[in-house]
Amino acid sequence: MSEPVLSVRDLRVEFVTRRGILKAIDGVSFDIAKGEVLGVVGESGAGKSVTGSAVIGLIDPPGRIAGGEVRLGGQRIDNLSPEAMRRVRGKRIGMIFQDPLTSLNPLYRVGEQLVETIQTHTNLSNAGARKRAIELLAEVGIPAPERRIDGYPHEFSGGMRQRVVIALALCAEPELIIADEPTTALDVSVQAQIISLLKRLGREHGTAIMLVTHDMGVIAETADRVAVMYSGRIAEIGPVRQVVQTPLHPYAKGLMGAIPTLVQSSDDRLVQIPGSMPRLSAIPPGCPFHPRCPHAWDRCSRDRPDPIQHAEHRVACHLYDANDPTAKAHMIHTHAPLEEGVAS
Amino acid sequence: MIAYLLRSLVQAALVMLAVAFIAFSMFRFVGDPIASIVGQDATLKDRQELSRALGLDDPMPVQFARFLANAAQGDLGLSYRQGRPVAALLGERLPATIELALLSALLALVVGLTLGVYTAIRRNGLLANVIMSASLVGVSLPTFLIGIGLIYIFSVELRWLPSFGRGDVVRLGWWTTGLLTESGRKSLVMPVVTLAFFQLTLIMRLVRSEMLEVMRTEYVRFARARGIPDRVIHFRHALRNTMVPVVTITGLQLGSVIAFAIVTETVFNWPGLGALFVQSVQVVDVPVMAAYLMFVGLVFVVVNLLTDLVYLMLDPRLRSASAAPAR
Repeated sequence: MSEPVLSVRDLRVEFVTRRGILKAIDGVSFDIAKGEVLGVVGESGAGKSVTGSAVIGLIDPPGRIAGGEVRLGGQRIDNLSPEAMRRVRGKRIGMIFQDPLTSLNPLYRVGEQLVETIQTHTNLSNAGARKRAIELLAEVGIPAPERRIDGYPHEFSGGMRQRVVIALALCAEPELIIADEPTTALDVSVQAQIISLLKRLGREHGTAIMLVTHDMGVIAETADRVAVMYSGRIAEIGPVRQVVQTPLHPYAKGLMGAIPTLVQSSDDRLVQIPGSMPRLSAIPPGCPFHPRCPHAWDRCSRDRPDPIQHAEHRVACHLYDANDPTAKAHMIHTHAPLEEGVAS
Repeated sequence: MIAYLLRSLVQAALVMLAVAFIAFSMFRFVGDPIASIVGQDATLKDRQELSRALGLDDPMPVQFARFLANAAQGDLGLSYRQGRPVAALLGERLPATIELALLSALLALVVGLTLGVYTAIRRNGLLANVIMSASLVGVSLPTFLIGIGLIYIFSVELRWLPSFGRGDVVRLGWWTTGLLTESGRKSLVMPVVTLAFFQLTLIMRLVRSEMLEVMRTEYVRFARARGIPDRVIHFRHALRNTMVPVVTITGLQLGSVIAFAIVTETVFNWPGLGALFVQSVQVVDVPVMAAYLMFVGLVFVVVNLLTDLVYLMLDPRLRSASAAPAR
């Protein structure tokens, strides 16, 4: 495989507060190849969105990137000057936000916002930029773009607005698109359209996509690989099929077990993970998941697990540490259910 | 959009009607007009004749209709005190007040907007903090104190600027202006600054807080994520959204600058409408007071109409829907 479009190494993001430093992201590493879709899943507060913001350089004070490297096409971008980073944003990395109703400036025509973005990153004339804007609107599937380009955001439906947002992210044909919960605010029927649009665009332009979501259905349908995040770390990362069907990390197992399916018999209950993810101010030492983990032993509360390559997965769990002779003993329980409960 | 404008106009007309009624009531409840006109030794018969001649015997609705018809034609009655048409009295004083108020409004708006944007963008800068602290003085100090302080420094101590009056004025048709002579311009400086000071600090603080609010919105974040330069984000995306709520407050404030220049005019002995009103109150000159009341009402109504129009220009959501303003 050639050089990845995005390469993140040991990324750490901190928020400085009165009560001390909170580690929102603590040592996250992943790559995204050209044309690949990486899904990033996890509960609220697991650090999914912060990772996206850190990559595009939009961490606002009191947050800051405390360490690690972000490389885009081999070039390091986490230490660029604000002006140089601004030129990267929109030009080489596009970003799609969660709520299309609030992502567009309500006072300017859709075309004005598109032309402004196009002219920020290219030398096109007014007429040229307008022509390109119409092409972009057509590409993201907006009917009658020559007419709709002069509409205001409030004249578009939610799904159509999200298409406009995607067109805005595509203005300069970026190498990478970060989509932060792009379908969460949309109707289910519209969600499918937006997802297939993203897939098509990634395929046709070879754009790498980082898809942040808490919706496993979207991930299973869209992503090539998936990273499961927990407490600001990646618990497990690997090809989507393997991670969804045979997850290794106990948290990933719990997460996949909690997805309802239509073929489930009425006797099968959804698996719940007991407890909840710790707050950033109270992340336990060792493995952050150990208080909720049915396999945990004394080592888990002491040593922080490093990611281990296991088949096609990379998993941060001592259970898969081949150098620890005691690990296998704890693995015995793997097939026992975590804990069964009624999904509410 | 037409419906929106029509509704604004109808509302304006209703407000003016109510104000006119209150002004009209003053004639009945503030003193006895007959007693104000005739002398102490007038007979009862004289009084009754005068009352009939002035139409004071007619039923109230008839009198109110006549009052309205006259007012609409610019006939606001005679001043009890000076025996001259009230409209002429107001006309003489109007240019002084309008000149003072418009210059103050312009100063407050331009400087207030600039400082507001500056303090919002450089939120943690030293100069921004100094400006914000200084603006507390502007918000909390009473106008007359600022005026007297300015007079003490620039007239008494430094002897740079005159402490009272308009200086030499130039007559242009029925309008008089102090802008064309040096003494007129010098006379304007302190009253304009005094009158503008409170509005300026208010607009500045309002613009700053609204701007900070807008800078936190998703569309500003999205604009940053598209690599739009900060300058464009601040002055194109953020400022225009800031203006929507700011216009409301500013409109009302500018109305009150024109209407209530009374204190400033008194401090600087400025020959404007406010000073005329204060004199009229002292001698219970009801026609002048009533006319002043209607003038103030008119100013507010016109400013409000203009505010509505600015809304339409700023916010496309109002143009397409005939709905009332969202906020």
